[in-house]
Amino acid sequence: MSDNIENTRNINDKKILTTPIFPEDIASLHIGDIIYLTGMLVTCRDDGHRRVIESDCMPNFNLSGMSILHAGPIIKATPSGFEMISIGPTTSRRMEMYEAEFIKRTGVKLIIGKGGMGAKTATACKQYKALHCVFPGGCAVSAATEVEEIVGVEWEDFGMPEAFWIMKVKEFGPLIVSIDTHGDNLFERNKAEFNIKKEEALKELLPFVHYSHN
Amino acid sequence: MAHVKNEITKSKLKTPKEQITDILSDLLKVTAIALPDDVFESLKKMQACEDSELSKELYSCIFDNLDKAEKLKRPLCQDTGVLQFFIKAGVRFPYLALLGDAIKDATQNATSSVPLRHNVVESFDERNTGNNIGTLAPWCEWEIIDGDGLEIDVYLAGGGCTLPGRSKVLMPLEGYEGVVKFVFDTIVEWGVNACPPLVVGVGIGTCATTASILSKKAILRKIGSSNPNPKAADMERRMKIGLDNIGIGPLGLKGKQSVQCVNIEYAAHHPATLGVGVTVGCWATRRGSINIKNDLSYEITSHKNKIN
Ligand code: SF4
Repeated sequence: MSDNIENTRNINDKKILTTPIFPEDIASLHIGDIIYLTGMLVTCRDDGHRRVIESDCMPNFNLSGMSILHAGPIIKATPSGFEMISIGPTTSRRMEMYEAEFIKRTGVKLIIGKGGMGAKTATACKQYKALHCVFPGGCAVSAATEVEEIVGVEWEDFGMPEAFWIMKVKEFGPLIVSIDTHGDNLFERNKAEFNIKKEEALKELLPFVHYSHN
Repeated sequence: MAHVKNEITKSKLKTPKEQITDILSDLLKVTAIALPDDVFESLKKMQACEDSELSKELYSCIFDNLDKAEKLKRPLCQDTGVLQFFIKAGVRFPYLALLGDAIKDATQNATSSVPLRHNVVESFDERNTGNNIGTLAPWCEWEIIDGDGLEIDVYLAGGGCTLPGRSKVLMPLEGYEGVVKFVFDTIVEWGVNACPPLVVGVGIGTCATTASILSKKAILRKIGSSNPNPKAADMERRMKIGLDNIGIGPLGLKGKQSVQCVNIEYAAHHPATLGVGVTVGCWATRRGSINIKNDLSYEITSHKNKIN
């Protein structure tokens, strides 16, 4: 765990990043570190990535130095605006195809989701100094209570889960760093370990499941 | 005045279809907001086994979230799935003809009242319908049973835990070893994205279809139950130990365990084929079970600790 994050506030031992995020804010973070985010966070998942890359279209919100959340929330429209009901991360790996290009084109610095991302994204995180973090999957009500306000929405034509919801968040987390700016990849590392252990487990198990008529 | 009174009494008298709709809306609400008793208990036990700081932090996030969901009466996970209903319909249940419509109405009601996420994208148009209704959505599996009541399971599965699902037809000589390998490969390749600790349903049968339907039925079986066939039960137990030894941990971030259970359901199979299916449930495996009698009295059997 790194103990020194420049330009981040350190309240009650919480490492808190604030937007806009600069490369030097995240340079000393490493995979496995736990951080929190205060500032602007926007949801962007399959359709949003597709529109940015395939249609070469940018939302009406500058993502440079900002953070995105792979998530499709439940939102209630109220007379005074939108209310965040439930918002948890979605599987980041679905965006692997486009994320590297997305980081390059938008200048986004922090990507939050669940599960890991692949080699292409890790390379882009290293090259363009960005992070991928995971929020505990499924903990969607906790996450919703860390959203202070829904400031706006773009691309509502995608429908509720896919729209680009612009939020103000406070101490959003815990966020576990899964790809750091050095290109290290926590989930890939874990997966290599899981694969070795899988072979060991199968070796032990297979002799006991040989059911046959003989 | 008399006229008005009459109107009020009349509006209070709900038709059987409206009553069933209300009952199912209730079931959807409790299922979206709280975990079924067996899943809650299983997570509590798993939490006690983990000792790393990160695992402890993650389990405390999970339970904190469950707490908030119940207090605020909100869906515990934002992904409330494309609703799936598994209906065991008594042949003498008097309102069978209304049931399909009541299920649709309940889905629509719960979508706006709970609320549930808009999760139905009409195929080919690729447009979200905005009310969780679409072609064959919600999905219903019907089974006819003796009796005059209904037993319904509703299953809310998000995209993350749906993605790993797959089935394959093995050659019989690949044997049960092939079945086990297929499941282990699937879990290691995709499991980390499905919010572990996972509920693993395995189906064995003749073809891809039977195996996958059975793997879904396996998910609907309670955690802690075993297949009545001692060989299948032994394989369930050994597969759980094997998967736990991989140490996927809560949310895939490593730990002492990987899965809440492995449940196997099977059918006899063709001599030349061995179909295997795997369906995965996440830590937030949300299934609700209800028994409805012919007089429309009912009992939600999955959430006894939550209903007060
Ligand atoms: S896998 Fe389960 S807990 Fe995780 S986001 Fe999907 S529905 Fe929610």
